[in-house]
Amino acid sequence: MMENSLYVSPSPHIHGGDSISRNMYGVLIALIPAFLVSLYYFGLGALIVTLVSVVSCVLFEYLIQKFIMKKEPTITDGSAMLTGVLLAFNLPSNLPVWIIILGALFAIGVAKMSFGGLGNNIVNPALAGRVFLLISFPAQMTTWPLVDATSAFPLTYTDAETGATVLSLLNEGVKELPSYTSMLIGCHGGSLGEVSAIALLLGFAYMLWKKIITWHIPVVMIATVFVFTGIMHLVNPEAYASPFLHILSGGLMLGAIFMATDYVTSPMTKKGMVIYAVGIGLLTSIIRLFGSYPEGVSFAILIMNLLTPLINMYVKPKHFGEK
Amino acid sequence: MILIAVISLGAIGIVGALLLYGASKKFEVHEDPRIGQVQEALPGANCGGCGYAGCAGFAGACVKAESLDGMLCPVGGAPVMAKIASILGKEATAAEPKVAVVRCNGTCQARPRTNTYDGVKSCTIASSLYGGETGCTFGCLGYGDCVKACNFDAIHINPETGIAEVDEEKCTACGACVKACPKGIIELRKKGPKSRRIYVCCVNKDKGAVARKACSNACIGCGKCAKECPFGAITVENNVAYIDYTKCRMCRKCVAVCPTGAIHELNFPPRKEQPAESKAPLAESKAQTETKLPTHQPEAAQETTSPIEVKEEIKK
Amino acid sequence: MLRTFRIGGIHPPENKLSAGKKITAIAAPKQVIIPLSQHIGAPAQALVKKGDVVKVGTLLAKAGGFVSANIHSSVSGKVNKIDNALDTSGYRRPAIYIDVEGDEWEESIDRSETLVKECNLSSKEIIDKIAEAGIVGMGGATFPTQVKLMPPPGNKAEILIINAVECEPYLTADHELMMEKGEQILVGVTLLMKAANVNKAVIGIENNKPDAIAHMTKLASSYPGVEVMPLKVKYPQGGEKQLIDAVTARQVKSGALPISVGAIVQNVGTVYAVYEAVQKNKPLFERVVTVTGKAVKNPSNFLVRIGTPISTLIEAAGGIPENTGKIIGGGPMMGKALISAEVPVGKGSSGVLLMTKEESVRKPMHDCIRCAKCVSVCPMGLNPAFLMRSTVYQNWEMAEADHIQDCIECGSCSFTCPANRPLLDQIRVGKAKVMGIIRSRKSK
Repeated sequence: MMENSLYVSPSPHIHGGDSISRNMYGVLIALIPAFLVSLYYFGLGALIVTLVSVVSCVLFEYLIQKFIMKKEPTITDGSAMLTGVLLAFNLPSNLPVWIIILGALFAIGVAKMSFGGLGNNIVNPALAGRVFLLISFPAQMTTWPLVDATSAFPLTYTDAETGATVLSLLNEGVKELPSYTSMLIGCHGGSLGEVSAIALLLGFAYMLWKKIITWHIPVVMIATVFVFTGIMHLVNPEAYASPFLHILSGGLMLGAIFMATDYVTSPMTKKGMVIYAVGIGLLTSIIRLFGSYPEGVSFAILIMNLLTPLINMYVKPKHFGEK
Repeated sequence: MILIAVISLGAIGIVGALLLYGASKKFEVHEDPRIGQVQEALPGANCGGCGYAGCAGFAGACVKAESLDGMLCPVGGAPVMAKIASILGKEATAAEPKVAVVRCNGTCQARPRTNTYDGVKSCTIASSLYGGETGCTFGCLGYGDCVKACNFDAIHINPETGIAEVDEEKCTACGACVKACPKGIIELRKKGPKSRRIYVCCVNKDKGAVARKACSNACIGCGKCAKECPFGAITVENNVAYIDYTKCRMCRKCVAVCPTGAIHELNFPPRKEQPAESKAPLAESKAQTETKLPTHQPEAAQETTSPIEVKEEIKK
Repeated sequence: MLRTFRIGGIHPPENKLSAGKKITAIAAPKQVIIPLSQHIGAPAQALVKKGDVVKVGTLLAKAGGFVSANIHSSVSGKVNKIDNALDTSGYRRPAIYIDVEGDEWEESIDRSETLVKECNLSSKEIIDKIAEAGIVGMGGATFPTQVKLMPPPGNKAEILIINAVECEPYLTADHELMMEKGEQILVGVTLLMKAANVNKAVIGIENNKPDAIAHMTKLASSYPGVEVMPLKVKYPQGGEKQLIDAVTARQVKSGALPISVGAIVQNVGTVYAVYEAVQKNKPLFERVVTVTGKAVKNPSNFLVRIGTPISTLIEAAGGIPENTGKIIGGGPMMGKALISAEVPVGKGSSGVLLMTKEESVRKPMHDCIRCAKCVSVCPMGLNPAFLMRSTVYQNWEMAEADHIQDCIECGSCSFTCPANRPLLDQIRVGKAKVMGIIRSRKSK
């Protein structure tokens, strides 16, 4: 009877054990430091925004898969959760709940599921959700809670005192900016996940160690912004801020490490990744320096997301035996 | 202000129109208008059954061709070809209507599984890997490459038998499934008067004993049918019988003598002279479309296989 | 810094359970089934018929073409029949059944254990002897060895590379062979160097076999021109093109043969067979087979007569474990799942791997998330995800433009894919299709 139960399948017969959920949860773990920092500075607001965003993303994915697409829900793979966290990290911590839910609906319902779900979306869902909110609710999306370095976990939400971000200050020509140290650790205004460069870099290191992503996109993207803004700064230090300020401020770190590296919407070859990252870097710098928006990372990534299929089409991996 | 806008817009429009007109004159492609007419007459399924890339390709070929000999739209059949002939002023050649036939009757009951396939559900992949989940390495794998290839929803895997079945109402004999089947089981056969057909429903080339062991419905190449056939339509080659449909006169004698029930008859009225004792159970389920001989009694089959071979099989 | 190939590669768990287990000979069973197609190319043509009495080493079938190989009897006895038998291909193909009686060898075979170093044969004579003995690539590819040694006109071999990498997890047959028959292998290397007319040979061994590296390095010091090169552990280093890249840092171009960069690659098992054929007149009728698996009682390395049913080997290794789900002929990465344990051992059977039910079943697949892990592990620098897509949508032009025909079917892509996509399953279909298209275009 033994032989009746033999399985037959083509080789290979073993699998490395990697899985989509392992990668997704890996990214979530890498986001923990940034989340802790945001809890420290933004307190209750950060917690509410993140929770609402995650819960509504997961719920929308479940409902759409179950009732519209009529297939087995895959919410346990962690991708909806990741979208939720990333969306929250791109929002000010004093955003009202209903706006967050709307953003989650757009991110999951329009940007992700309408294309067929994970793997088939053409733009990063979290970013699409954020940009949708930015265009629809410009006022709410650009009033940031004021950060008070002295109070840990402030118990304020929509009632928080509001202030400005480094980039919006720059855009308005204000000269008194936070110090580099406070920007590194996250003690300045901004979306809740983007403030602390150190926490984000810690996540980057974790993802490199776990081989979830390669260094190409984040490093090239940040370097491009650094070089471009550096040149402009050298040309005219009065009009253009220092490149260090640019790479530490706004959503550049968050975008470079967690958003631009999204598997589905970034190129597959190393060469393609470099082209893609340079494109994002240039677009970001151009929007920041010459555009009317103070911040350009989201737009830059979305535009390059759309170019990714083209890059994949024309940039092939280095073929064995090829000079 | 308004005047300037109107004038400038109008000017742009005129320039654009002139450009388009010039371009359309310069790059005009002259196409035989009859191609369009022929294409109109075709079904437009782009199935490729005619051997051309699509209906447009076939239409072009029809217009170019000297005569319509050998040109057939299997989907539209004779009426469509007659229409095309009248458009082009050419003679239409009559072609017999055909239908796809799946030559395997190794149902789940008849063909015990010996292993479980755990790869991609694709006949092409499975057959490039090995013979299949059963002892028969020739039979239908049931992963439905033909189903995917069919543009007309005319072939399906019967979940009970695990074998592809053709819906002859829908089948247009385009031949897509014939090409898709890696085992070469599907054949286009003459549809026959009143859709009546007789064919050997097995392609197993193994020796009788081996084939029989793998599948109780297999053709064992015993040759009884060939001897019985009054028209010389049946040949036995490589241990499997084949009925030449151009010679078969539908007398059904072969069906009666086949010890394993491998020869199928389709759409015939039920036989009256059938001895009732042995031939009842299986036919009922499919009685409406198909009256086929039920599975034979096992003793009968063993008599026909050579006893020496059976013994060798057992010893092994 | 150890050398290795430069593109892609993976590190599957090694699981060399049978490492260090001495090679033990298994007695011939009651009946052997010797398939006529144990090699790439035309099947051999049977020379014997039912009732013929054969000895160990008697020629049973002669090569059926230029790319083909002779087949010899592995036992003495009587030919029972020539009939189709299920072999490792998963199909029933012609084979010679022999009922075993006694163990009588052809007189021409030198059965002594003494090492014969001297060889006065010319290059041509050595190649003829190799062809006569029916030797094929024993790493699993089973390409007839004599064909590889005769480069097409205009090509000159410069270096002989001995593939002792054994990069497949679980398998240890080559490793053990080197430990026990190192001296004979080195003589075999000198024979092959003479046959291919080269004065340099490199034995490539992966660094996970330090004892074999030490042993072979010590022995090689007395053989001029032969060098042992330790290589960094990475799968699929045993791939011909990968090994050449690792050893010589030269990459064979798409569609070209290894000889185009002056290299000839031979498996270490093949080298041992060459030694026995040339110096001992012993045709290829037995080989070392690893029988292994996590649930196997005694993972072992056996010396087995060709044609022995795999079930006999499994019995010798402690019987078939209770929850066996899959029997694989070869290693877990490139081996073939077998339908039955009655399949006979062939010239290319390097191992028998028994997997438990839990290990056997594939996980469900998901949509591609374009993580590009398959791209980064592909040792040929291909994009497996795109090749699979081209195959599924039957876009053969695109598949060819993306070099699907260069795929070596190592399985690194499927192994790595986090979405459990059956990349290689599909690519294999596309590759076969595109190769067919290329062939028909060439023949026009």
